[in-house]
Parts: sequence; C-alpha cells; structure tokens
Amino acid sequence: MAQTKTPTAETPTLVVEGVGKRFGDRQAVRDVSFEVARGELLAIIGPNGAGKTTLLSIIGDIRRPDGGTVRQLGPKADKRIGWVPQQTAVYSKLTVAQNLRLFARLEKVDDLDATVQRMLEQTALTERADDELGSLSGGNRQRVNIAVGMLADPPVLLLDEPSGALDPRQRQRLWNFITGLTQRGTSVVFATHDISEAERHADRVLVLADGELLFDGTPARLHSESGAAEGEDMEQAFVAFLRAQGH
Amino acid sequence: MRWLLLKDMQILWRSKLLLGLLIVYPIAIATLMGLALSSGPDKPRVAFLNQVPENRSTISLGSEKIDVSTYTDKLFTQIDRVDVPNRSQALAKVKSGAVLAALVIPSDFTSKLSNSGLTGASVEVIYNGDALKQSFVRNTINSTLAQAEAELAKQVNRLASGYIDVILEGGSINIIGAKLKLLGLTAAKDLVDSVLADDPRPATRRRLLPVQDFATLAVANIGLAKSVLNTVERPVVVENTVLSGRRTPLDAFAVAVAVTISLMFVCVLLASGLLALEREENTFARLARGLVPGGQLITAKVVLSAGCAFLVSLVMLVGISAFVPLDWGRAWMWVLALAGGALAFAALGVAIGSLAREVRAASLLAFLLSLPLAFLALVPSGGVSPALYDVIRVISAVFPFKPALGALDGALNGSSPGLGQSLAHLAALIAVFGVAARAGLRRFA
Repeated sequence: MAQTKTPTAETPTLVVEGVGKRFGDRQAVRDVSFEVARGELLAIIGPNGAGKTTLLSIIGDIRRPDGGTVRQLGPKADKRIGWVPQQTAVYSKLTVAQNLRLFARLEKVDDLDATVQRMLEQTALTERADDELGSLSGGNRQRVNIAVGMLADPPVLLLDEPSGALDPRQRQRLWNFITGLTQRGTSVVFATHDISEAERHADRVLVLADGELLFDGTPARLHSESGAAEGEDMEQAFVAFLRAQGH
Repeated sequence: MRWLLLKDMQILWRSKLLLGLLIVYPIAIATLMGLALSSGPDKPRVAFLNQVPENRSTISLGSEKIDVSTYTDKLFTQIDRVDVPNRSQALAKVKSGAVLAALVIPSDFTSKLSNSGLTGASVEVIYNGDALKQSFVRNTINSTLAQAEAELAKQVNRLASGYIDVILEGGSINIIGAKLKLLGLTAAKDLVDSVLADDPRPATRRRLLPVQDFATLAVANIGLAKSVLNTVERPVVVENTVLSGRRTPLDAFAVAVAVTISLMFVCVLLASGLLALEREENTFARLARGLVPGGQLITAKVVLSAGCAFLVSLVMLVGISAFVPLDWGRAWMWVLALAGGALAFAALGVAIGSLAREVRAASLLAFLLSLPLAFLALVPSGGVSPALYDVIRVISAVFPFKPALGALDGALNGSSPGLGQSLAHLAALIAVFGVAARAGLRRFA
C-alpha cells in the first residue's frame, strides 16, 4: 500500500468541474469533477477505453470538452499545465539537449541554459546531453519526454501511462523522479491501467469506467470499499469494485 | 517560427542520406541533362556489304554515266560503317550484336537502276536488337537513304533538264560515243514559219500548219517540264508560320521541364515529410497546445522546403547553363519563377503531409499524386480528344506543376502565357493549399 502523503496546501491547484466529452454516439467522459492539491500524486485508473486519456487531454488543453471547466488556482495559476503523452513526443533525430532547448524556447522560459541544465540534472541525463534521442533506451527517452513537460516549471503535470514501456528498473527510476517532483510541490496526475502501480505510488485514485467517475479516494479506501475478500490484492479489489458498480 | 526552422534544419543536417541526396541530386541531374541536350546520339554501327562489282558501279542516263558509289558514300556520314566481305558475315555481325544492322547493296542494284529507274532498285537492311534500337537504326538508315535518293534525283533532274534545253533550243548530245547535233524546237518552228511565209500554196500550208501548231505549243510549254521535274525532286516545300503558343526550342523547353520536375519532387516530398514527421514523432499535439499556432507550423514547413528546393533547382539551372546556352540577362526572372513554383509545391506538400500520420505514407502519397499530374500537364493539345484535353486542362490548373512550368518556361525562354500570369496562378494555389493544410491539421488535432 502507498504511504499516504499530506498535500502541502489546502487550496487546490487544479479544479475540474462537470467535464464531459462525446465522440459521435460514444460518451467518452461524463460529467467528471475533482480537485488536485499542491504536491499531490493522483492516479486515474480504469479499464481500457474508460476515458482516462480523453480526460487527461481535456485537462491538458489538447481537446476541448463539450461541457464543464478546468481551472488552475494558486500562485502559479497563469502557467501552462505540463503534459506528457503516453508515447514519447520528442524529436528522435535531435540530441537530448537540442530537444530540451527547442521546447524551452517554445515555452519561452526565462533562463534557457539554466533551465536545460536543471532538467538534465533532474533526469540524470547530463552525460547523455549530446546523444541523439533515437539512440537512447525507452526509459531514458521517457525521462526526456517528462523533462520536456516539466520545462516551464508547471504547477500541474499530467502523465499518460508514464511507465507503460519500461522495464522494472527503469520504472523504479521514473517513479523516484516523479516523487521528487511532488515533493517540490508539483501536482502530478497520471493515468494508468496498472492498478498495483497506482496503489504503490498514488496519494489518491480516481476510478473511471465508460467515462464515468466511480470512485475518488485513497487506494486503501478503494480496497476496503471494493468488497474484496481479505488477502486479495489491489487488482482483485479493483475488479471486484468495477463488478459491484455494474462494469 | 525561427526555432521550428532551426529544429527542422538540425533534423535535416542529421539525416545524412537525405542531405546527401539534396546535394548530389541537382548536380547529377544538371550534368546528365546538360550532356544529354548538348551532345547528339552516337552513330549506329552498321555492317555494309556492297555486292555491286567495281566495274559496274555506274548507271547510264542517256549519254551520261553516274557513279552510284558517290551517293552510297553519303550514307556513312550518319552511320558508323563496318565493311564485311559477304552476306553471311553481315548476318553474323548483326546476330552477335557487334552491329545494330546490316545494309546490303545487291549486285544488280545499278543495272536495275539503269533499266527501271529510281523505283526499280532496292537495298536490303537486316536488323537485330530491341524495338527501340531497331527504330533508331531504321530511322537513321531511312533518312540517310532518302538523302542519297534525293542527291541521285537531283543529278537525274539536272541531266533531264539539259536534254529538255537541247530539245528546245538545239545543241549537241552524245549517243554511244557519236556526237549528234540537234536543231531544237524553237529553230524548227522558225523554219516552218519561214517556209509557210515563203510558200503560201494551200497544199503546203495544209500539210505544214499542224507542224507549226505543234512547234508553237511545244516551244511555249516544254519549259514546264523542267518545273515538273523540279517538283518531283522536291515535291513539298515547308514554310513555317507560328500563329500563337510555344516558340521555345525543344532543348530549352526540356531544361524547364527537368528543373520543374526536380523542384516539384524535392519540395513536395520535403514539405509533406516534414509535416508528417510531427505526427510520427507525436510532437504535433505538444506543439498544438498553444506552443506553435497551426499557421506558423505550416509556414515554417513551407519556407524550409521551398528554400531547399529553390537552392537545389537554382544549382541545377546554373549547372545546365554550362551545357545549354541560357539567357543570364533573365536570371532575375528565373529566381521569381523558381520561388513561386517552390512555394506552391511546398503548399501542396504540406496539404499532403496534413493527411498522413507517417513520413513514409506522406512520401508515397506525394509521389503518387505528383508524378501523374506532371505527366498530365505535359500532354499536348491534339494529343488526346478535345473533351479529354479539357478535363486534363482543368486538373492541371488545380495543381502547381503546369503553372510552375509555365513560369519557368516564361522566365527562361519568354514563352506564353508569360511569367506574370503564371505567378498569379501559383499565388492562388499557394493560398488554396495553405488553407487545405490548415484544415487537415485541425481535422487530426
């Protein structure tokens, strides 16, 4: 079970209210509302096609919702939300440093060199700065992918299936990195269908199925409310919870 | 936008194969084009067997003899002659591919020519090789034979005209070594006229009047026979009058076509690939989150690909000018035409790129679309039915190849419809394809 961390501030940094999105006949997201506190690590879990990526893309301003609002609050509310897509969205023909420098310029960061250097250090890729991205391992590419999302020092970072293509060692490094971000006050929202990962790392989980928000609480509470038998793990508890909710 | 341009240039710089092609391509194409346009094809190697005995190489026309070898020698100004001693050797050389054809002049060539005239004699040509080579050799031999025939006909004409002059005005001719003096029709008529004037007896007049009439008519009309002979020697005289349309020499037009095709491929492939790359690398969604407006993204791709293609085609033109004379006084027009064409092709490229999710798919789509459109634009009026040509004209007007070719042809050669009209056409296409690309990006955002 995850250690429950206390968010560092009472005021939420992100407020999602009544967000909905329809693609043709399919309602991808239905009237979803929740808040994210500063420094909180929030997992959005659900089966495939639950609407996790759509919800993240609405929060990240990639897609427009049919209804509802997404608001940022707090001292850095004017800053853009950081977004890290499921697949690495960086240029494989450029070096690590060139990628960071390009996106830092496009984000119009104040101190370009210092920002790039900071991100290289945070991602532990300083020695690989001049390597072409295509020559890096999947884990390192994902670190650059996340670093690009973090360049503008966003108050909220969205991660879509961040560890999907990584081996256990790379995954551990990645989570150490993300945990470090939350400790510095960044709110992180990540979507995953890996329930054990959500249980291990998230402060709070949202359960989404068929676009509907079914649960908002800690992993421990989800386990206890799932109706799972004692001794059953989180994944079994999650399946039991969905079944109980008619999914 | 400059950072996007810088990024794309860095990507191009790191794509060694693509960069190498961009540098090597214009140089190679310019050299090949220049060499092809500035040097004619090699003479075809043709085996030659003359079976006419040396002592029978002349034909007799009246009292004069013509040496046929004078005319057969003219054949070899356009043919690489390989003498063979007999027909089997000629066949063997053709079969082995040592020569493309064999030309055999049979032993009875001169006797037939003497007895039956120009239509009675024949020569044999034996071909081998593929259809293209056969066609090349056949055309070469036919044209050189026609030239030799024309030379022979000229000689015959000259002799015949001489005889007509003797018949008309009188003179001497050689018949089997004997020199005969002829009175001539004019003198004969004068004699008849004087006899009739001196002797007005009705019987004499009755008998001589038809002779006088014949002589009068003959004197008046036999000169026409020379004109008839001249007509046979050169039946049709072609006088060229161009009312409108192209006045460009073929090689100068070929330069415009080659450079426009290169401009099109470099531009369309690069622009479509650069835009599709944003999808393939998943960076499009990241850029579209307010980092780079769609219009700027499209403009950056258009500017970079048009710039690269412009340089490539300009290098090509300069390279070709070393082989084919181009008017450097019109160089500023080349620049305008290339720039207009490059921007229009780049706009088409980004429109294609906005439809594809991968660079490979975009390149394939660009290639499949561009090549047939270029061929369509080159279909001449009259080459197909009028209705089909109207359809082709409409299709060609919707895509940049034809106006780009028109602009470059106008810039290089001053041909119609002219640079200004073509540039206006290209500007309209840039706007249309730019809007289409923007719509394509929105659809996939």
